[in-house]
Amino acid sequence: MAMMTYRDALNAALREEMERDPDVFLMGEEVAEYDGAYKVSKGLLDAFGDKRVVDSPISELGFAGLGVGAAMAGLRPVIEFMTFNFAFLAIDQVINSASKMMYMSDGQFPIPIVFRGPTGAALQLSAQHSVSCETYYVHSPGCKVVTPATPADAKGLLKAAIRDDDPVAFMEGELLYNFRGEVPEDDDYVIPLGVADLKREGSDVSIVTHGKMVHIAMQAAAKLEKDGIQADVLDLRSIRPLDVDAILASVRKTNRMVYVEEGWSFVGVGAQVAHIVQEEAFDHLDAPVLRVTQADVPMPYAKSLEALAKPTAERVVDACNKVLYR
Amino acid sequence: MITKVHMEALSPTMEEGQLVKWHKAEGDEVASGDIVAEIETDKATMELVARGDGVLRRIILQEGGTAPVGEVIAVIAGADEDISEVAGASANGGPASSGPAAPPPAAPSAAKGADSPATPAAERVEDTGRDGERVKASPLARRLASDLGVDLSRVEGSGPGGRIVKRDVEAAREAAPAAMAYAADESEYEDVPVSQLRKTIARRLAESIGPVPHFFLTIDVDMGRVIQARQSLNALLEQSGEKVSINDILLKAIAAALRKHPDCNAHWQGTTIRRFNAVHIGVAVAIDDGLITPVVRNAHAKGIARIAREVRELAGRARERKLQPDEYTGSTFSVSNLGMFGIHEFTAIINPPEAGILAIGGIEDTPVAADGQVVVRPRMRITMSCDHRVIDGAQGSRFLATLKGMLEEPTAILL
Repeated sequence: MAMMTYRDALNAALREEMERDPDVFLMGEEVAEYDGAYKVSKGLLDAFGDKRVVDSPISELGFAGLGVGAAMAGLRPVIEFMTFNFAFLAIDQVINSASKMMYMSDGQFPIPIVFRGPTGAALQLSAQHSVSCETYYVHSPGCKVVTPATPADAKGLLKAAIRDDDPVAFMEGELLYNFRGEVPEDDDYVIPLGVADLKREGSDVSIVTHGKMVHIAMQAAAKLEKDGIQADVLDLRSIRPLDVDAILASVRKTNRMVYVEEGWSFVGVGAQVAHIVQEEAFDHLDAPVLRVTQADVPMPYAKSLEALAKPTAERVVDACNKVLYR
Repeated sequence: MITKVHMEALSPTMEEGQLVKWHKAEGDEVASGDIVAEIETDKATMELVARGDGVLRRIILQEGGTAPVGEVIAVIAGADEDISEVAGASANGGPASSGPAAPPPAAPSAAKGADSPATPAAERVEDTGRDGERVKASPLARRLASDLGVDLSRVEGSGPGGRIVKRDVEAAREAAPAAMAYAADESEYEDVPVSQLRKTIARRLAESIGPVPHFFLTIDVDMGRVIQARQSLNALLEQSGEKVSINDILLKAIAAALRKHPDCNAHWQGTTIRRFNAVHIGVAVAIDDGLITPVVRNAHAKGIARIAREVRELAGRARERKLQPDEYTGSTFSVSNLGMFGIHEFTAIINPPEAGILAIGGIEDTPVAADGQVVVRPRMRITMSCDHRVIDGAQGSRFLATLKGMLEEPTAILL
């Protein structure tokens, strides 16, 4: 095990996969000369040259489409969006080209592409730069969506995403890049997509979540523990494919669930998970499923209001107490 | 093709059934229409037939087990067909945890003969609490209560809006044995399991005495002429080897009296009162572990000898639990006779939706005043329970006066 940041774990995954497979290349705004806006691609230009680490113009729709074409032609592109918030224009290439090509070509054109970058809010980036974009991508069949929360997951899942033959939206977080954690040094450390991870084992309530909110959930679980409550914290890690078995196993154990989601509640990931739980584990529920999400407003710029709009550990604790009838 | 064998509604009021016997074993070939099992319903033991062809691949409900109507209790499928999806439930400890169950197929016998075959859903009452409101309980609490045998209507909910949650069911479960703690050793009592029939009786009678506003009318009848009539009739019947009882004559007289008082031969239907022209008398018959009321249909149109034959035949089959649903449903009025037990008088509980029932005591030699003299006469006491929503005191009294007149002058039955 090595202690490293989430950023360095991503960098290691890119470096290892580019060494492993000459078809893998990285393209995006400032990924080459500037080492990436968040320094994820540090040193890759020197290591692999400007044919495989390519600076693009500020044109998300253009270079996303270029990537899809390269994937159709047999390469394995990694397209970096400076943030998924900047890629709303490019989602046409992700949904309409990348996600459907395999289906529409009757299997002739697999699209082994990774679109990666941060999603969700950071600090005071206001309404247009704080959206949790995963909901837009998971809605459409054909695109896998992965949301690593820790450095180890970031490395293992990115390697799996690059090796996967389907398009993968790989969603990171500005506030995660400096997060440090243990990462296995094995250069073949690959975490299969679609396997959730029980980040903390409890017995009283299931806190299910994905992405950055795993850390909020862990804080909430620590607070609950002081109160004698043991929470399961289940990190989905990928939303498509979804590890339904792991969700149901946790709920069948604790009989109650709180879903924590950085994005909005309306038709959110938590709504879908709650639906599955009521359908598949109805007789195991002792309380309605509750969700802790962002307030249903565009993210406010004001610091005080932004804090009120985001999910917090306190709100997760409150929701857990509610489903525990405490 | 996979055919799920469901617990079917084999009687109009059946909510769950007990598996008495499997007629097929796992691995046996089964054809549509074959008898696969015997089920004890709330009324009788009925046969369950296969509704598909194949091999009986999996028995989920074992003999002696109980399942609600609609539950999958076995699986019929091709010999090599994958049944894990439907039979997997048994691995989790029983069919209660199975996925979405198909709606129970209506059993043909349930529809036959009944005026309005009640669906199981319409008959369900366990969801109502003491004040008649729906019990609010979490899905888990419901399942736990069912597993632990806790009556949710007696559990106080601690969740929002009085919702019963897991901890309430567990507390109720713990409280129950505690209340028994002072009970002495086992030799002082015997725990008798509540049979399907007993459950139905309990539910129906509780339903009755609660919402049905009963009142009671009692009348004394001189039975001297009936006793004479019985002797004459039996003399006439001597060659045929048949006999009629006092009770048979009584049934005939009740039918004749009800024809003259259709206001007492009625059903309470909530928004309407249905008065019947035909008289179908339910005759309470004691059987092992309960009672059942087989119906003498069109009693007003039948002779006493025929009534006697039918009552004997129905009562015999009732004791063997062999009655078909249409033989114990659809009565318009009921009679319960405990005279043979030496009962002088008693009150009976109305069998809803009927509006009246007669409780017949024994015939006893009793000193009575007649023409200024004390004489000893064979007297019998009849008590009528009336549903006051349907029958008022004067109506019930007029019917009893007519009945008394017919019993004290049996030729009046012919009028």
